[in-house]
Amino acid sequence: MKRLDVDVIYADNNATTPVDPRVKEAMLPYLEGKFGNPNSLHTKGREAREAVEEAREKVAGLLNCRQEEIIFTGSATESNNHVVKGTVFARKDDGKHIITSKVEHKCVLEACKWLEEQGFEVTYLDVDEEGYVSPEELKEELREDTILVSIMMANNEIGTIQPIKELTQTVHEESNAYFHTDMAQCPGKLEVDVLKLGVDMATVNAHKMYGPKGVGALYKKKDLKIDPLLHGGGQENGERSSTENVPHIVGFGKACELAKENWKEEKKELTEMHGRFIEEVQEKIENVKLNGPREARLPGNTNLSFIGVEGEALVLRLDERGIEVATGSACSSEELKASHVLEAIGRGPELAHSSLRVSFGRFNTMEDVDRVVEVLEEEIEDLRSITALDTKGKIGD
Amino acid sequence: MYTEEVMEHFKNPRNMGEMENPDVTARVGNPSCGDMMNIYMKVGEKDGEKYIEDIKFKTFGCASAIATSSVTTELAMGKTLKEAEQIEEEEVAEALGGLPKIKMHCSNLSANGLHEAIYKYKKKEGMEISDDLEKKHEIAQKTLEKTEEMREEHGLDEE
Repeated sequence: MKRLDVDVIYADNNATTPVDPRVKEAMLPYLEGKFGNPNSLHTKGREAREAVEEAREKVAGLLNCRQEEIIFTGSATESNNHVVKGTVFARKDDGKHIITSKVEHKCVLEACKWLEEQGFEVTYLDVDEEGYVSPEELKEELREDTILVSIMMANNEIGTIQPIKELTQTVHEESNAYFHTDMAQCPGKLEVDVLKLGVDMATVNAHKMYGPKGVGALYKKKDLKIDPLLHGGGQENGERSSTENVPHIVGFGKACELAKENWKEEKKELTEMHGRFIEEVQEKIENVKLNGPREARLPGNTNLSFIGVEGEALVLRLDERGIEVATGSACSSEELKASHVLEAIGRGPELAHSSLRVSFGRFNTMEDVDRVVEVLEEEIEDLRSITALDTKGKIGD
Repeated sequence: MYTEEVMEHFKNPRNMGEMENPDVTARVGNPSCGDMMNIYMKVGEKDGEKYIEDIKFKTFGCASAIATSSVTTELAMGKTLKEAEQIEEEEVAEALGGLPKIKMHCSNLSANGLHEAIYKYKKKEGMEISDDLEKKHEIAQKTLEKTEEMREEHGLDEE
């Protein structure tokens, strides 16, 4: 498929994706005439209910689970908070220990930190230089009172894909803990079959897979008990009260249907794109360090540090040239803190400072890849001509 | 986030790059994020007063670090050392129509860089140095040391 916006190359698909026109089409009737509340008895209500359940079927179809195992939420952040807080409240008699990793999304880490303040204990697993969690280390940290293990499937910054199946097996063989995985980055790029992975809970959301923002889902294995985060009218089987966000849920369903149809082909295409990008950059630009795995990374994701060039400056220069990408530099964050993920894989503030994440998606082409490399080469050269640092650095690779 | 002036200086920075045969060079850094600035200066004399004949920067840092360096060269160019010593970070920020609050100090090193270059020049020429300039120099030295330590810790420093 061709680019949606001819003037701009959007290559920040790990932050959010454009809404697929087919998703928009599916949503429109529910923003216009079909505005009913799915909890109403009348015709408009019933037609909304039908749409929500149809969407649920599509999400369940993508994840290979039962329809009643899908809870619609407002975001991946909400799903993750629901898992972390909901589990500890429901299982407080079983224990107070949680295991997660240092490279999780902030919403898992911050929820865990908050629970530590409430008296729970959290182990944050280290990762290796490519961002992998070790199953052996996980095994060692499991305790009798471990009630939850939450490890993300693919990292949003450096693209590491965790051995979820192996981690799940370890947890189930060695403990009574629930296993949850945040797979927000994965639908449409990797197989997201919860049965094959063996996970108890999984988080997904729509806006990373060409659906709208403001809607996510939680897969929760049947009969597994966690407390709700939101109490109220008892929607979503009492698991998540709130009037259902019908148009966005419908869009999410459509996005899942498209992901299920196309993921294998798109995985291949995106892998070719990130492969070519990394190869070309390393060939044409000196003193570049790759962050994350070289092989088998999240399709479309790249993360590179350009020695002597500050990331925020580089992102803004590229933006001026019509290319939209991201950085893990402290200078671009609200709290002026470098990326915790780059820190966890042993990149000092310096390399984080120089990092650039380029993430390709469904609407990018190979021409985009080449164009980004071309512009990047020029802007790096220019910024290096005015940098106060030795651009050669002393980095072994 | 950034004003038009910041973006303009960031896109087309003035007086950036190395200088041939400068009379003085200085280096300042920021230990919290690793920003670094090199300052190159040529000093001339007119009517018995020393003035900045030419000034250049090389900067590693974000858009506002580059923009502040650039605008500082414009503010300082042609000024007497006495006048240039009075240029403070607030004036630099104002010349750019303001900086985001969180960036006010961290990416606004260029006034320090200018003061440090003036200090080094005066020292070299045996000129009188005010207490204020002496104090600024001490702070600049300390923060530069810290910045270099931080960079060294991560195995990234230059020879």
